[in-house]
Amino acid sequence: MSNALLLEANGLSIYRQGRTLVDNASLRLEAGKVVSLIGPNGAGKTTLIRALMGLLKIDKGQIESSQGLQIGYMPQKLNLDASLPISVKGFLSLNQSSASDHFLHCAASCDVECIFERPMQSLSGGELQRVLLCRALLKKPQLLILDEPAQGLDVNGQAELYQLITQLRDEINCGVLMVSHDLHFVMAATDEVICLNQHICCHGHPEKVSAHPEYLKLFGQNQAANVALYTHHHDHQHGVHGELIETCNHKH
Amino acid sequence: MVSLSKPVITNTNMLELLLAPILSGVIIALLAGPLGCFIIWRRLAYFGDALAHSALLGVALGLVLQVSTQLAIVGSCAILAISLAQIKQHGELSSDTWLGVLSHGSLAFSIIAISLAGAGRVDLYGYLFGDLLSADLNDAALIAACALVLGIYLWRCWDSLVCICLNEDLALVEGIAVNRHKLLLMIAIAFITAMSMKLVGALLITALLIIPAASARTFANSPAGMALIAMASALVALMLGIFASYQWDIPTGPAIVAGACLLFALSKTSTLFSK
Repeated sequence: MSNALLLEANGLSIYRQGRTLVDNASLRLEAGKVVSLIGPNGAGKTTLIRALMGLLKIDKGQIESSQGLQIGYMPQKLNLDASLPISVKGFLSLNQSSASDHFLHCAASCDVECIFERPMQSLSGGELQRVLLCRALLKKPQLLILDEPAQGLDVNGQAELYQLITQLRDEINCGVLMVSHDLHFVMAATDEVICLNQHICCHGHPEKVSAHPEYLKLFGQNQAANVALYTHHHDHQHGVHGELIETCNHKH
Repeated sequence: MVSLSKPVITNTNMLELLLAPILSGVIIALLAGPLGCFIIWRRLAYFGDALAHSALLGVALGLVLQVSTQLAIVGSCAILAISLAQIKQHGELSSDTWLGVLSHGSLAFSIIAISLAGAGRVDLYGYLFGDLLSADLNDAALIAACALVLGIYLWRCWDSLVCICLNEDLALVEGIAVNRHKLLLMIAIAFITAMSMKLVGALLITALLIIPAASARTFANSPAGMALIAMASALVALMLGIFASYQWDIPTGPAIVAGACLLFALSKTSTLFSK
């Protein structure tokens, strides 16, 4: 499967106040591929994606993106002040026409129509993530950048959200870059994992990375074992994880 | 207390005397609605105070440099807004510390400068608490022109401005010029501060911006709705204030703010009953 190159970064370094936030990172994002960025807290994951979106000055290296690349961004959270009254529909239709077919289609695929009239402040974690994802889709993105999309969700909510993301990837053939903490999903449903701790420790196919000594060093044998245990547990309970691995294997 | 420039209102000259003040009051109230909302949403209340104090510094500068007071006020407010926007982006001290320094620093310096340079010539009380009746038709025309520009800006960029309040990174990725809008919003607040000096005075300007918007929050379910209700609430407060001032001979600026507070109290009480 040959994929169109969307964005490529070479030797990216970012320094702030004498500290190295990102060190010599290179990565390629292609259409139809899901890339996950994992790493411990403070590893520079958010810094790196902000740099890729052009929100941050980079000190070294270069970023090349395809002509007219449209990025859909799903931030970690909104600064939802209680004093700002806004409904889900109001938020989604900021600078957008809420009557267009595209709008309704995005709303339907993220399943947010039933919460259109609810105030944004009243949404649960999962609902808010779906609304943010819908907002990102409205821009007809060729590349989706998601910052910890599953944070604060329970196991079922996470599985649903990730399934939705995979489904959207298949539907509009966009590239996906997501920052993630939950390793068990990363291992199962992405095409490539990048393990970041200021520099890129290791990257490649999820199975390869999970056995990589740098990965084990970074997350510790202990946590790696926990993840394995967790996956095991999950397998028996829901079988969702196993299925996702299957899909992944068939494709590549 | 009677301010120096306060003219005597009789039944014969009432319309003539009140036309310009009421006109400028109405325009300011209409602008205070949406701008007050942004002050609340972006938590800029303290910034409004700092601007008001630097407006006073503008009065002092106008006296010392012998230029038009209105122009000096707009100038000093705009300079404060722009320099604060720079400071906010980098630095070790938090922005409210900076605001505290600039706000009270300019208050102190302007009071000193006004009392030295303008002793006997300047009505300090009028600048602190407003002197609406001193507004003439020239003031009203200037206010109307500024308000038209600001109004068009707010109308056209409303969605982008709300988006910036929600998440600046998201707004940037969506192609909104976040820094430019933030600066323009600050300058807009600087302008309305300068314009409402005569209406409510430097010490009460922030109140005129915040209180109607705060009352509006109770009843609004969209950002634009909140701005419209805030406009209406500011207009009612203005009318209440002018009426009370005429009826009981009390200072107009504080009367308007007291009217706004009354509406705020009513809006909060109404939520108690609806629950």
